[in-house]
Amino acid sequence: MEITLDINGDRQVLDLDPRTSLLDALRHHLGLTGSKKGCDHGQCGACTILVNGRRINSCLTLAAMHEDDEITTIEGIGRPGHLAPLQEGFVRHDGFQCGYCTPGQIMSATAMIEEAREGWPSYVSPSLEGDIELSDEEIAERMSGNLCRCAAYTGIVQAIREAAETREAAE
Amino acid sequence: MTTYLKMDAPQPRHLDETAQGVLGAPQDRPEGPLKVSGRAVYAAEHELDNMADGFLVRATISKGRVVRIDEASVKAMPGVLAVISDERFLRNPAQGGAGAAPVQGAAEVAYFGQPIAVVVAETFEQARHAARSLKVEYAVEEADVDPETASKVDTPDRRQLDQGDIAAAMGDAPHAVDVTYTTPVQSSAPMEPHASIAEWDGDRLILRGSYQMLKFNRAELADSLGISAQNVRILSPYVGGGFGSKLGIAPEAVAASIAAQELGRPVRVVMARQQVFEGTMRRSETRQRIRLAADTEGRLTALGQEDRVSNLVGESFSEPTAQATHFLYGGENRRFKQEVARVNRTCAGSVRAPGEAVGMLALECAMDELAEAAGLDPIELRKRNIPDLHPESGIQYSARSLAACLDEGARRFGWSERSPEPGQRREGEWLIGLGMATAARANVLSEAQARVTLHPDGTALVETDMTDIGTGTYAVLRQLVAEMLGLPSEKVEARLGDTDLPPGPGSGGSWGASSSGSAAFLACRGIRQMLATKLGCTADELRLQDGTATGGNLRAPLADLLTDGPMVEEGHLVPGTTAKEFSQASYGAHFAEVAVNATTGETRVRRMLGVFAAGRILNEKTARSQCQGGMVWGIGAALTEEIAHDPRDGHIVNRDLAEYHVPVNLDVPQIEVAFLDERDDAACPIQSKGIGELGISGAGAAVVNAIYNACGVRVREYPATLDKVLAGLPAL
Amino acid sequence: MRPFDYIRADAPATATKEAGAGARYIAGGTNLLDLMKLEVMTPERLVDITRLDLRDVERTPEGGLKIGALVTNSDLAAHPDVRRDYPVLSRALLSGATGQLRNKATAGGNLLQRTRCYYFYDPAQPCNKRDPGSGCGAIGGFNRIHAILGASEHCIATHPSDMAVAMRALDAEIEVEGADGAGRRIPIADLHRLPSDTPQDETTLAPGDLITAVILPPPAKNTFQAYRKVRDRASYAFALVSVACVLRMDGDRIGGVALAFGGLAHKPWRDPEVEATLTGESPSDDLFDKAADTLLREAQGQGGNDFKIPLARRTLKAVLREATQTEAAA
Repeated sequence: MEITLDINGDRQVLDLDPRTSLLDALRHHLGLTGSKKGCDHGQCGACTILVNGRRINSCLTLAAMHEDDEITTIEGIGRPGHLAPLQEGFVRHDGFQCGYCTPGQIMSATAMIEEAREGWPSYVSPSLEGDIELSDEEIAERMSGNLCRCAAYTGIVQAIREAAETREAAE
Repeated sequence: MTTYLKMDAPQPRHLDETAQGVLGAPQDRPEGPLKVSGRAVYAAEHELDNMADGFLVRATISKGRVVRIDEASVKAMPGVLAVISDERFLRNPAQGGAGAAPVQGAAEVAYFGQPIAVVVAETFEQARHAARSLKVEYAVEEADVDPETASKVDTPDRRQLDQGDIAAAMGDAPHAVDVTYTTPVQSSAPMEPHASIAEWDGDRLILRGSYQMLKFNRAELADSLGISAQNVRILSPYVGGGFGSKLGIAPEAVAASIAAQELGRPVRVVMARQQVFEGTMRRSETRQRIRLAADTEGRLTALGQEDRVSNLVGESFSEPTAQATHFLYGGENRRFKQEVARVNRTCAGSVRAPGEAVGMLALECAMDELAEAAGLDPIELRKRNIPDLHPESGIQYSARSLAACLDEGARRFGWSERSPEPGQRREGEWLIGLGMATAARANVLSEAQARVTLHPDGTALVETDMTDIGTGTYAVLRQLVAEMLGLPSEKVEARLGDTDLPPGPGSGGSWGASSSGSAAFLACRGIRQMLATKLGCTADELRLQDGTATGGNLRAPLADLLTDGPMVEEGHLVPGTTAKEFSQASYGAHFAEVAVNATTGETRVRRMLGVFAAGRILNEKTARSQCQGGMVWGIGAALTEEIAHDPRDGHIVNRDLAEYHVPVNLDVPQIEVAFLDERDDAACPIQSKGIGELGISGAGAAVVNAIYNACGVRVREYPATLDKVLAGLPAL
Repeated sequence: MRPFDYIRADAPATATKEAGAGARYIAGGTNLLDLMKLEVMTPERLVDITRLDLRDVERTPEGGLKIGALVTNSDLAAHPDVRRDYPVLSRALLSGATGQLRNKATAGGNLLQRTRCYYFYDPAQPCNKRDPGSGCGAIGGFNRIHAILGASEHCIATHPSDMAVAMRALDAEIEVEGADGAGRRIPIADLHRLPSDTPQDETTLAPGDLITAVILPPPAKNTFQAYRKVRDRASYAFALVSVACVLRMDGDRIGGVALAFGGLAHKPWRDPEVEATLTGESPSDDLFDKAADTLLREAQGQGGNDFKIPLARRTLKAVLREATQTEAAA
């Protein structure tokens, strides 16, 4: 079936098997291999992308369901030489080793920081109401949908904490 | 030319004289920008013209024979190109460093989940659906699926040792523990599933794969296919984690290669996550009896470790459970014994720190038990038992900073605040405890070659088929060459992961950085000799800094010495007699603070510290990450990770990342790592030792010892899930 | 994944019309596509309902809340009215899955989440739920996560949802539009079934029924609300035992209490006798033990999950202590 997708600001028309996941459409039909397939079942988070600004597992949705949506992948966040601050933070704090979960971590963190700014509580928030302060525990809980088997969690939390503080200070 | 060194004697500390301040510095990974922007391309991510997709078919019996594969059941499905089951298929991946094909054949089934065919189609969706629809008939045979009751049990000679009289020593000692610990099957679970794209150009095969040890993988793949290794090229510039599971060539590579040849077009085969669990290496479960006896001073008089592990029939690998126990502590009466049960379960092989990762879970908890029995601080007990000479062979130790790591860790962690009596600290529902354990991992050097090219423009290139699986090879080799040639590291490029390049040792056994680094070091030494000759000084006099060479009173820009073009040199390192003359290992100390929930038995790690000494640290940032990663594996081993097998057919029950619980971000506190300055002259010419597996070795024991200190429950069956802790907690 | 026809619905009526035999609605898809990839579920037709106008959370005339079936778990957990009036629901939602999954998963879909039983998930294993008559692999197999209450000899699976447990404690009602276009409301107590001898029938919904909303009654005043989840990882794991509690004190006595449990049974478990044991009584550890005795009077372990019996008791006691501010007996 013919599907039109809006990815990183570009309109893409594809002829796809309806079974094609959004992740496979990105990786195998559009050459956007930054989004990774680690489990194909929403259990690792390596395929995390943004749809209309919200983070989702792109492996657990059909490409056909996302016409008219605004899709952002890691390729739309920054590139070498023009990295986003969060990406630079991951490099500086060594928030990765093999690099395979990394684009998913960064996409997830990008949206997560905004979720916290909107005041969304988490399971570890002391109160369900009021502003959210992104403590290490808050960051860790909110990032627990992104597995890292190299276990660079210490650097990941540091990079996100720094990016969130920078974002806050810029206001 | 080639600069060659066989490691037959301790080596001078040349790298302490280059004085660039580059090697060891916590520099960012050069490939970092590519990884964080999604531009680093992994094995399955190449789109080749006319490429087809293959999906593996798994056996759904535990033992028996494939009688019939009903190709017709899927051949008519849309897009299906072929159903292939070939006698060259691999029963299981090759063991690390095999260099030859593992057991082959798709007709004999030895375990549930064994790949027995591949279905190839125009698209991934078509191939997956057809593979799931393929009808297979079996002749089922009775399987042995339980290591405890297996009918065939081997006792490999290399794993047996009887020294003195352990029974008598145990009987005579004022303090003794005789305890049995078990550890479960675990899975490497790298984030990138195993994947291969095979492409033939006439007789030549190019495989884009996700592999750790290309020199060996090339030989294994060639042998599996019955072709010459000269005709095989493997490319693995980026590998999404390995941890042992990608040491040897795996079934998907051979299936893709055969399919690509048969169809005359490139074929991609990516293992589904469930297939990674079922069809790649597992870490064997272990049952370990530990016996320790000590005199009134807390000095060991007896030490025993007797274990049972398992593997498939026909596999020579058995978990080297007691590897560190042999050299770590003294005690003249010693007994080691191993039984290998032959079972119809997924193949057992190397998973991060084979041996230490499980052996130290038992040993280091038993030491905690002995410390309590002897009324000694656990750190003091360990320090009193650091032997002067190897307690079995009598050889000397190379650099060994264990005592210093223990002391430094105790100081940093606030160990003195720990109450030796369990259950003394409570915060609301949470019981707080501290625990520690020794870290130790045997050091190994492996043959390595590397080529370094110094260009007139002041840039350099270092090339080897060595891989970077997240270990930091790109960063470390670049820094080493920069240090040796007096260049900023941005001017040095490392090119890796291509079998057309000089063969390296591969990423495994923590030997990668030391071995490849030594080869690159030797190549640089050759270039320095050439530069010195050109300049007119001796190599010892030569100083290189910022692209300028000086020697004696001579001085020249590098470009002036390279008017004939680039200088090219290969380094070739071969292990030698120092491996036998010295007991070599990296050491450290783990500290953990846990909170155990008094209601539910849930455990949270609140703080964790590792203090390590592993010879020269080549990049403090990547080394730190390696140690942190290993320590988190220790948390997983202590608390969450366990492959469950069905008791009837032995199939892996929890074959996905929802139910095989690797630690998530919230399971892990900010992990502190400190390095002690050390040089190990006997290890290699760059004085470094392995670090990739040191962080896991002993880490889980520190957590479980902390659980005991928190609540008084001694869990001897890993992992310490809440049900096992709960069983020992008082009623509410 | 088996090939299927993909149809987009633009209104509930067209959705129910398209959804004939062999069809499934897809919204978040986080569980359905997971199972379709494994061919545990093999619908011939997918009716995409994500474009239906069911994304609002509105006040009901009675002062309760009407939650559109397509409201995501994230939006529901963060909704100001839910956070203020139904904190047990916010907490339950936030304890489930991950940020990414909660952004996709919907209120309607979450109610219909399938079990995580390992044998259900593996088509090579027997499972009466997936393949009626094939047997139950979990009985006599590895059954750490399985049910201790309400199971049958045919199935010992548990319901994995956290959200549904909180909704059960809140006495939610499910608004359904049938294939004939007629609407009706089902108390959540009557939505999920116990396995008995037809574990493949998990709910009382008829083929083609479309959940359009979840209705919460007006919030109870002055209640303590909590959702406590016990699991194998600190985050991102299914409940071994969970307790949703809504409790009101009347002076120094328990004025009223609703308790629902996850991880124990094929459905969110609620036992009126447990609540009757507690209501009108002065809180004490003895009383809580009596409540636990009542809850677990017919509990049956399967070997691997025996620990859930003491774990459920302890968790219930701890929740009740907190809810009633009762100190542990010395």
